[in-house]
Amino acid sequence: MSELYREIIIDHYKNPRNFGKLKDPDINGAEDNIVCGDRVEWFLKLDSAGRVKEVKWQGEGCALSQASASLLSEMLIGKKLTEINKLGVKDIYRIVGEKLNPSRQKCATLSVEALKQALTKK
Amino acid sequence: MLDPKKYQKDFPILARRINGKKLVYLDNAATSQKPLTVVRAMEDFLLKHNANVHRGIYALSEEATALYENARKSAAKFINAGSESEIIFTRNATESINLVALTWARQNLKAGDEILTTEMEHHSNIVPWQILAKERGLELKFLPTLPEKGILDLNKLPNLLSSKLKLVCVGHMSNLLGTVNPLVEIIGQAHQVGAKVLVDGCQAAPHLPVDVQKLNADFYAFSGHKMLGPTGIGVLWAKQEILEATEPILGGGDMIKNVTQTEATWNAVPWKFEAGTPNVVGAIGLAAAIDYLNDLGMKNIWQHEQKLVEYVIPKLKAIAGLNIFGISEVSKNRGAIFSFWLDGLHPHDLASIFDEAGIAIRAGHMCAQPMLSALGKPAATRASFYFYNTLAEADAFLDAIEKAKKVFKL
Ligand SMILES: Cc1ncc(COP(=O)(O)O)c(C=O)c1O
Repeated sequence: MSELYREIIIDHYKNPRNFGKLKDPDINGAEDNIVCGDRVEWFLKLDSAGRVKEVKWQGEGCALSQASASLLSEMLIGKKLTEINKLGVKDIYRIVGEKLNPSRQKCATLSVEALKQALTKK
Repeated sequence: MLDPKKYQKDFPILARRINGKKLVYLDNAATSQKPLTVVRAMEDFLLKHNANVHRGIYALSEEATALYENARKSAAKFINAGSESEIIFTRNATESINLVALTWARQNLKAGDEILTTEMEHHSNIVPWQILAKERGLELKFLPTLPEKGILDLNKLPNLLSSKLKLVCVGHMSNLLGTVNPLVEIIGQAHQVGAKVLVDGCQAAPHLPVDVQKLNADFYAFSGHKMLGPTGIGVLWAKQEILEATEPILGGGDMIKNVTQTEATWNAVPWKFEAGTPNVVGAIGLAAAIDYLNDLGMKNIWQHEQKLVEYVIPKLKAIAGLNIFGISEVSKNRGAIFSFWLDGLHPHDLASIFDEAGIAIRAGHMCAQPMLSALGKPAATRASFYFYNTLAEADAFLDAIEKAKKVFKL
């Protein structure tokens, strides 16, 4: 019914995975989209080998920003920070589709921008 | 009754297809589309009459000057100004309002004086006053609204009136709510304490008959691009005696009578406020836009938009989880601007789903953040209609809301 809002997006928007906060995260950071009022904040914990052991995120905003954060959160467990650093907007487009116009690209990529923000703060 | 379909053919852009669907353009509060006559008038000027204005002795310059000054006459007549010398051409309503802030207000208000604006204003009728208040130690006050009713809280007005109040700034029609404000009452009360009144007519001038003399306003600002004209041309109207007594802010060519090494004397109004080569093409486009609107009749345009209000409001009200901002019943005090909040669906997602259906609507804060704060919402979805919008397009808009609800399983 909608090319943009496929079943998977609606599902992750309505039932966000890994939603919440972590106490004493090893990595924490957020990013806002001022125009829309979207926000995504990441909390990551690492194991002794430097791999992501636990991940949570919280946020508010449109379906694209929130669903992409939820989908992204599922890709992080077990990954090393160097691998996470390689994640980019391309990976987001793979999830949410390529057909976004520029104003909506910002919504969809907010999650990955927030994650990069968190990593640089470390 | 005006038949919108008949007019759509004058607007080539309305025949466009967007995402495979015929464009339904419902963002007229942001800017209107342009009829061929406006484009042709500007083209005709550029190809056949172009010269600088108020300068040459030669025929072409006289032609250009006459066309430019005729545009001023059109604009004056359109809002029933006392004289065309009360019409200053600006870039847009924003510049018109800022021009009042930078000239009359700056020259006449002193520390401790008050300016009153309203909670439902567009940012362009708030921020210039914040800047001036900061610079001059003025106090900026707000007339509150009754957010759930979508109207100004006029009961609060008397308490805000005092001899310290020097200027009241109020919108004729809200770009977020579509509410038409009771200007005669507000202006009457403001004048009783000696305050001047600036009306932001940006949303009213395109949609309803405006008579600045009947309103008895002191300043009236509007933009050409929201009323079929091009971007880059706007109007500030002010009472002649105010303009006569006000000093210009921009200096340069056209605005002077005589210049020596040490000083200059000013040209007559309105030219003393129009330094440099003006937007001649824009003014000519605006005049063609006014001709088009006059042919239709502003009363007829308003009537058609009332029909849209009667059609759309009850249907919007029937949608579960939808909260209409502004007057949420059929009322003569609202135009065909429909802003709303739909539970469970962010305005940006709605706008994207509309876009997939070829429907252009607006999502965001609409440059009215104080009003959205009063409504307790971060953003709104807005569909704003014009005379070329049909009831069938209203249906397409309403269907798209239902479709969005289905996609989001609401
Ligand atoms: C009520 C109102 N005032 C002022 C403006 C500013 O108009 P412009 O951007 O043309 O200066 C707008 C346009 O968005 C408006 O709707």
